[in-house]
Amino acid sequence: MEKPFAITLDVGSSLANKTGSWRTYRPVYVDRLPPCNHACPAGENIQGWLFHAESGDYEQAWRALVQDNPMPAVMGRVCYHPCESSCNRGNLDQSVGINAVERFLGDQAIRLGWSFDPPASDSGKQVLVVGAGPSGLSAAYHLARLGHRVTIHEAGPMAGGMMRFGIPKYRLPRAVLEAEIQRILDLGVTLRLNTKVANIEETMREGQFDAAFLAVGAHIAKRAYIPAGEAAHLLDAMQVLRGMEGEEQPLLGRRVVVYGGGNTALDVARTAKRLGATDSIIVYRRTREKMPAHDFEVEEALQEGILIKWLSTIKNMSDEGTLTVEKMALDEKGFPQPTGEVETLEADSLVLALGQDVDLSLLNDVPGLEIRDGVVQVGENMMTGRPGIFAGGDMVPSERTVTVAIGHGKKAARHIDAWLRGVVHEPAPKHDLATPERLNTWYYDDAPKQVQPTLDLIRRQSTFDEVVGGLDEGNALFEARRCLSCGNCFECDNCYGVCPDNAIVKLGPGLRFAVNYDYCKGCGICNAECPCGAIVMVPEAI
Amino acid sequence: MTASIVKFYQTGTHTVGNRLLDPSQRSVQADMRRTNSLNSGHRACQGCGEALGARYAIDAAMMATDNQLIAANATGCLEVFSTPYPETSWQIPWIHSLFGNTAAVATGIAAALRVKGRQDVRVVAQGGDGGTTDIGFGCLSGMFERNDDVLYICYDNEAYMNTGVQRSSATPGAARTATTPAVGTEPGNVFGQGKNLPLIAMAHEIPYVATAIVSELRDLEAKVKRAMEIRGARYIHVFVPCPLGWGTNSWDTIRIARLAKETGIFPVIEAEHGELTGVSKIRRQLPVEDYLKPQKRFAHLFAPVLNTAAIDRIQALADRNIRRFGLIDATTGMGD
Repeated sequence: MEKPFAITLDVGSSLANKTGSWRTYRPVYVDRLPPCNHACPAGENIQGWLFHAESGDYEQAWRALVQDNPMPAVMGRVCYHPCESSCNRGNLDQSVGINAVERFLGDQAIRLGWSFDPPASDSGKQVLVVGAGPSGLSAAYHLARLGHRVTIHEAGPMAGGMMRFGIPKYRLPRAVLEAEIQRILDLGVTLRLNTKVANIEETMREGQFDAAFLAVGAHIAKRAYIPAGEAAHLLDAMQVLRGMEGEEQPLLGRRVVVYGGGNTALDVARTAKRLGATDSIIVYRRTREKMPAHDFEVEEALQEGILIKWLSTIKNMSDEGTLTVEKMALDEKGFPQPTGEVETLEADSLVLALGQDVDLSLLNDVPGLEIRDGVVQVGENMMTGRPGIFAGGDMVPSERTVTVAIGHGKKAARHIDAWLRGVVHEPAPKHDLATPERLNTWYYDDAPKQVQPTLDLIRRQSTFDEVVGGLDEGNALFEARRCLSCGNCFECDNCYGVCPDNAIVKLGPGLRFAVNYDYCKGCGICNAECPCGAIVMVPEAI
Repeated sequence: MTASIVKFYQTGTHTVGNRLLDPSQRSVQADMRRTNSLNSGHRACQGCGEALGARYAIDAAMMATDNQLIAANATGCLEVFSTPYPETSWQIPWIHSLFGNTAAVATGIAAALRVKGRQDVRVVAQGGDGGTTDIGFGCLSGMFERNDDVLYICYDNEAYMNTGVQRSSATPGAARTATTPAVGTEPGNVFGQGKNLPLIAMAHEIPYVATAIVSELRDLEAKVKRAMEIRGARYIHVFVPCPLGWGTNSWDTIRIARLAKETGIFPVIEAEHGELTGVSKIRRQLPVEDYLKPQKRFAHLFAPVLNTAAIDRIQALADRNIRRFGLIDATTGMGD
């Protein structure tokens, strides 16, 4: 070609100049473990299901959620949500209302009748689950989805365990519980009610079970020795709460005293109030700070007119129902010590809520089993000392919550599945934690946490209607979108936009991005401006 | 503020894109089909604010004109790093002018297009602060007063960076450059000198004047789009941090720009026919130290002794900007 005056070379593109050779650090996309996921005792991928909820795809969100936890509507009501306590958004304004969104998804699933994906295959293996509480149901669900044939033996007349016999209706309406249990049974899980396992070895042999998961819970109320007259009306918390599920409600009288400081004590006191008690009083030997009950439950109880006597112990109870209460004082180490100062309290009934023990009778004569401190010892894989028998929930050493129990069920199911196939289950390695300093929070909008409606006080004192209401679709969507997506790309396009060298390749919706290392100079703007900390700068080997 | 605010979608419109928004509501830079007017392989330093600002502005102009765009480019960093003979990074019709005459060259292109009846093809002139506020100022003022149909974009990095960081009439007080060393009783550039070109452009009463900043992409794109809806002389002044000349980390380019706006150092405004029509409010106000400290060109204000007097003068200038342009909402004390 004839070139113009003084021009000797053809026009070239700067693409010939591979500026990637300047780089001393390279940006690399990573996924980090969001703190909510890290904190979840049930091992939910919370950031993962919120991602779908953010785009309004609630069914996809629910399906992602139930990969780990089959009972979101229950969970969204009774979980103490450690996820929210660890949420990075808490450093900005308030944590994301994960629990409320979970409940919304769970309720949506019940309302629209979403069901679980059926098991992919049949392994032909028989697994016995003992106890239809949260842990047993969770294990049954996961085992069934893995293709095993599951039979649950439940000693009681109804399934649900502590979700039914420990948590009052005003926190967990029974229709919700039943819907979520039924959906698990619909996977083909067999449930035998009123079937107490007396001897686990025998039951397994008779039923030709290949493995067993024990989750009998802790139902036997602990007793403290309190001298009481013959006619004194003395009950335990389990009797009262279990009685609430029967035909006849327990008779507690007008003046009810509950002894203890856990969530169960509060549940009993609040139940007594609803049954018509004019005075519902909790006596607890330590201070509010030391109380094992959760703060919101204490707050709700106080709103409902429950009285709490701190630093007090009950010495005795007379036939006429007079309680002698001794004042305690904290010593230098913070332990309560008796002061000798006493007062009296009139009560129609005294309910002991001092914790529960496990009924371990079914484990008599099982070789290799280790029982310490009244609970069954299990290994990392949830297996007891007897090969093939696994255990979880309140009957093993743990924090006794529904969520922990559900997590045990999942974990045990995976190990049982591996054990049945003669392999060892290796959990996937965890990503590094998405800590708050990894985020660039400039990019997130200010947005207040959505408040769940609360039932008015009069109805809370006289009925068992649910106290806390759910979010509607509008504010559930808003709440989901408050998620910062810590440590996981949410396709905001920042890296693609802020690169001065066009060295980020956008791969399209759902496919995220890639770095074109031919031209990336390693300036690090993409990393600095990534809102969620999903990029890391790695030194080049030079 | 010109950019429309989407109420609340996780990050709203603060990020470049947002998967929850309809594609039409996302920025041009979020689009997989953006022009990439200034393509990869250019020789700008790591983290160059000018390379970023130029791509943002020209991609938006290309989108607004349906790719019917010609650019004239003054001598300076932008020209040198993008077109070492015979390579070019530009994916648009592009012509290199002299250092001082790019406004005149663009005027000529616009005149030629008028003669040829090509009203669909639009003209952009671009240059750095040296080529705009100093050397090319006469040609630019002429382009303004004749109301020639050109959008002039100035990428302001506050000194002659290409030739080795010499002071320009856009260099701020106290800043150290090769020609304003940090020595003597009043180290760095002298206070009270220099020009405010956006205000001078407004004084010409041309149809459109705006300032923009690389940390506010949506706002920048909206202003380019608005400018392309108007015929006649238009001027956009884009604030572009320079890691080399300012002594900042390459990864801090956007952050420094954000700090310039949040401290009130650089007011982000727009005006039509000489009258202010919009300001981008400060979202979270910060003291000027936050902006000055990460920059080595201001290091002498903090060590070996703290130069409170100079810092107070800079704070006073920022406070004046906030008052003058109403950068903070009087009722709430907050921006947006």
